Amino acid sequence: MSRSDWEIVIGLEVHAQLNTASKIFSAASTAFGAPPNVQASAVDIALPGVLPVLNRGAVERAIRLGLALDAHIAPKSVFARKNYFYPDLPKGYQISQFELPVVQGGTITIQVGEGDKGHEKTIRLTRAHLEEDAGKSLHEDFHGMSGIDLNRAGTPLLEIVSEPDMRSSAEAVAYARALHALVCWIDICDGNMQEGSFRCDANVSVRKKGETALGTRREIKNLNSFRFLQQAIDYEAGWQIDTLEDGGKIEQATVLFDPDTGETRMMRSKEDAHDYRYFPDPDLLPLLIEPEWIERVRATMPELPAAMKARFIRDFGLSAYDASTLTASREMADHFQQTVAIVGAAQAKLCANWIMGELAARLNKAGIELAAAPVSPVQLAGLLMRIADNTLSNAIARKVFDALWNGEGRSADEIIDAQGLRQLTDRGAIETLIDEVLAANPKSVEEFRAGKEKAFNALVGQVMKASRGKASPAQVNEILRHKLSNLPPNR
Amino acid sequence: MSIAPLIDASVASLRQALDSKQVSSVELATLFLDRIAAHDPALNAFITLDREGALAAARAADARIAAGQAGPLTGIPLAHKDVFCTEGTLTTCGSKMLANFTSPYDAHVVGLLKQAGAVSLGKTNMDEFAMGSSTESSFFGPTRNPWALDCVPGGSSGGSAAAVAARLVPIATGTDTGGSVRQPAAFCGITGIKPTYGLVSRYGMVAYASSLDQGGAFGACAEDCALLLSAMTGFDRRDSTSLDRPPENHAAALRASVADAARPLAGCVIGLPREFFAAGMSAGIRAAVDAALDEYRKLGATTREVSLPNAELAIPAYYVLAPAEASSNLSRFDGVRYGHRAATYADLDDMYCKSRGEGFGAEVQRRILVGTYVLSHGYYDAYYLQAQKLRRLIAEDFRRAFAECDFIAGPTSPVTAWALGAMSGDPVQMYLADIYTTAVNLAGLPALSHPCGFDDAGLPIGLQLIGDYFAESRLLASAHHFQQATDWHQRRPALSQCVPDNIAKTRT
Repeated sequence: MSRSDWEIVIGLEVHAQLNTASKIFSAASTAFGAPPNVQASAVDIALPGVLPVLNRGAVERAIRLGLALDAHIAPKSVFARKNYFYPDLPKGYQISQFELPVVQGGTITIQVGEGDKGHEKTIRLTRAHLEEDAGKSLHEDFHGMSGIDLNRAGTPLLEIVSEPDMRSSAEAVAYARALHALVCWIDICDGNMQEGSFRCDANVSVRKKGETALGTRREIKNLNSFRFLQQAIDYEAGWQIDTLEDGGKIEQATVLFDPDTGETRMMRSKEDAHDYRYFPDPDLLPLLIEPEWIERVRATMPELPAAMKARFIRDFGLSAYDASTLTASREMADHFQQTVAIVGAAQAKLCANWIMGELAARLNKAGIELAAAPVSPVQLAGLLMRIADNTLSNAIARKVFDALWNGEGRSADEIIDAQGLRQLTDRGAIETLIDEVLAANPKSVEEFRAGKEKAFNALVGQVMKASRGKASPAQVNEILRHKLSNLPPNR
Repeated sequence: MSIAPLIDASVASLRQALDSKQVSSVELATLFLDRIAAHDPALNAFITLDREGALAAARAADARIAAGQAGPLTGIPLAHKDVFCTEGTLTTCGSKMLANFTSPYDAHVVGLLKQAGAVSLGKTNMDEFAMGSSTESSFFGPTRNPWALDCVPGGSSGGSAAAVAARLVPIATGTDTGGSVRQPAAFCGITGIKPTYGLVSRYGMVAYASSLDQGGAFGACAEDCALLLSAMTGFDRRDSTSLDRPPENHAAALRASVADAARPLAGCVIGLPREFFAAGMSAGIRAAVDAALDEYRKLGATTREVSLPNAELAIPAYYVLAPAEASSNLSRFDGVRYGHRAATYADLDDMYCKSRGEGFGAEVQRRILVGTYVLSHGYYDAYYLQAQKLRRLIAEDFRRAFAECDFIAGPTSPVTAWALGAMSGDPVQMYLADIYTTAVNLAGLPALSHPCGFDDAGLPIGLQLIGDYFAESRLLASAHHFQQATDWHQRRPALSQCVPDNIAKTRT
């Protein structure tokens, strides 16, 4: 049997750190990077007698996610204590939600594969619940002891759990990317994966194709990049298939991914699993969310990427792939919409091509975010309008774009005028240029007459060169072809 | 003129003495501090005395009184159960675990009483982490009952109760999770009230069982309790279970005039649960309770039988839920950030085991084990969830009963104070002594205990009055009317027997 006889089944648990100013149960700041323990209040370090008070902003962000996923927002949810001992867990329990989470169900549509050959798939969500993060144990620099930094303790998290709906690492990554884009889009998470604001656990199992029962799963913990997510799942699934094909058995376990070796290794088996002794936290009342609160939050929601994508296809005639790419982030979508608003809906495809092509490539090369792009939507629109009205050829437009990028002018028009880049459209002038080229290249003319189409392109190139790129390529084509077909035979 | 008689005075009389400059707050604090110095070596009611802090607070109170800005408690000495965090002084919870712990902040209750100008003399002894009914489980040794030094004062707030009974302090705070204010009040012959759950903020009150814990007040009489409770109560946004209600002046309510002065409780119906008056109550307690009920009838109240059919399930429900919450609440005492840490250990698990094994006493460890067990996978449904169902049934019993009566009355405890050590071999026997008090906590209702007589051995007997939610003022007013007609609350133990040399202080 080969690996293609097996089906991989993946479900993800994502921990998204909510971008509230203060912690979920205390007033301490959540800002990243402060010296150890300066952002740990009496509540965060669990002094005797302190009590938690729920941060309303964290709940509001959970509601936003629920609305974005079209999920059920529970009118009543319950905070529970998850009990275990660890030095960076000050209370000896984590306040989380267990039996009644705040967000239940929901779906998200992902784009699998690139270009127009890709397809869409809808992934079901199980739940999303509010909980607090733990602190950090620091095992280096303490001469055999451990340091505890409780700045992160009490940072609000949403744990977002999917159904086991993904069938490949590519799908898992597409899901994680879509969810990442969504939490950033609705402004509940800064999405910074290096700082741990968005972390994935992957539950992976395999089964023979055609089987309906799920195989035994192993959970890969704490994957903090999409690349590691893909590598870890690929390795783990391969390992499980090999194990089963060799007659082995998969035992339920929690595993860790080692980016250096690209392998997963067992952290603890099912037998070692904690009994967390969940029970409702008596310090917190059940979380009651009135329909009015949900409606108030709904009124502040931006248009969601799925709706925007459908609108781009419908109103601008874009392909599904283009529309997906342009709605991959709110910044990208905003840039596109602002550009189209100036250039006009009829040129939406031109706008899309430039944003996804030239602009994206330059950003990528420079390694900067769209928000930091030196070419604003207004500037880009000014450039694209000169393409649309034939003032610029695409080739010259790229030069103008470079000039804009490098700050050589405030607008495309300014650069065009300053550098004399306006497209040559005067028929008489183009005819003169062509006549000169024909006279200077008799060999090419002969070859064209002999039926070599390549020779035609060479002549076009010569004319464009003679115009220093400013001649309209369409006009050159048309006039040149006309002239060649009307030349007297063999002068 | 001697100020010594002020030792026995009510808070209202002390207020008058302070306001009329008959005595200063500093003199008053000194009077009680000296009395503590004389008698506490025998009683062991205090864990920590704060003479310096008390005198500083008294001086500030005197300035306030001189400025004409005194409130009802300004300059009045009091003591806090050592479960309330007090900034700058030890907060031990009666445990080796916190024997060296100084809180960097004040509990909400402590802060309110400071603002009121009350003068805290120190922190009182208690069962370790409020787990117990005798104050014997304290790391700092048992407190003794001022009425009989070989007997327990009750618990867990035994230090506060003994201190008030022995007039080492006029009033004191306590906490009541399953009877820890009412039962020691009964054992020590004083008045104690536990209000409706949520009225007194739990912020800074070290948690035992969060859904049951409630701060309460001790005084010689209902009026003293009313003054203290009014000052302790108030919404606190730091406690999510704190109730946002307009402030109540229980003392004013209690002094309000009634239409028929001879029959102030006319129209009041007192329910007598048949389950509380079944077999198991000693004859002495039965007689004292019956006599008290006769007195209430003389004051105009009528009595009728009611039923609390699930009340007998309160003990098993309580001893599942309270340990369950405790097992989680006490997890923070891990030796990592504060509190006791073992001197030597092999690794992290060993540090946890040794630190907690050394830091916690036997009763605390027992309840942590029970609580851990009932929350464990496979047992949660059978124990914890089942107990939660009982809790709802018990609350429902009370709801039905209060449709037929204003208060529910009965003995506070089926027994009077027992001899030190008498129950230590049999924890379940001690748990069963909470039979009349735990149901009240499970339902979250207010209740008080006031003295109503003595048994053959001369030990005090308490009557428990349970009210519907937020009936504190009416409960206190009823007890006050009873105390206007009786003098049980004025009886004082003879402290001459408290000779320090005769009593060896026990330290476990």
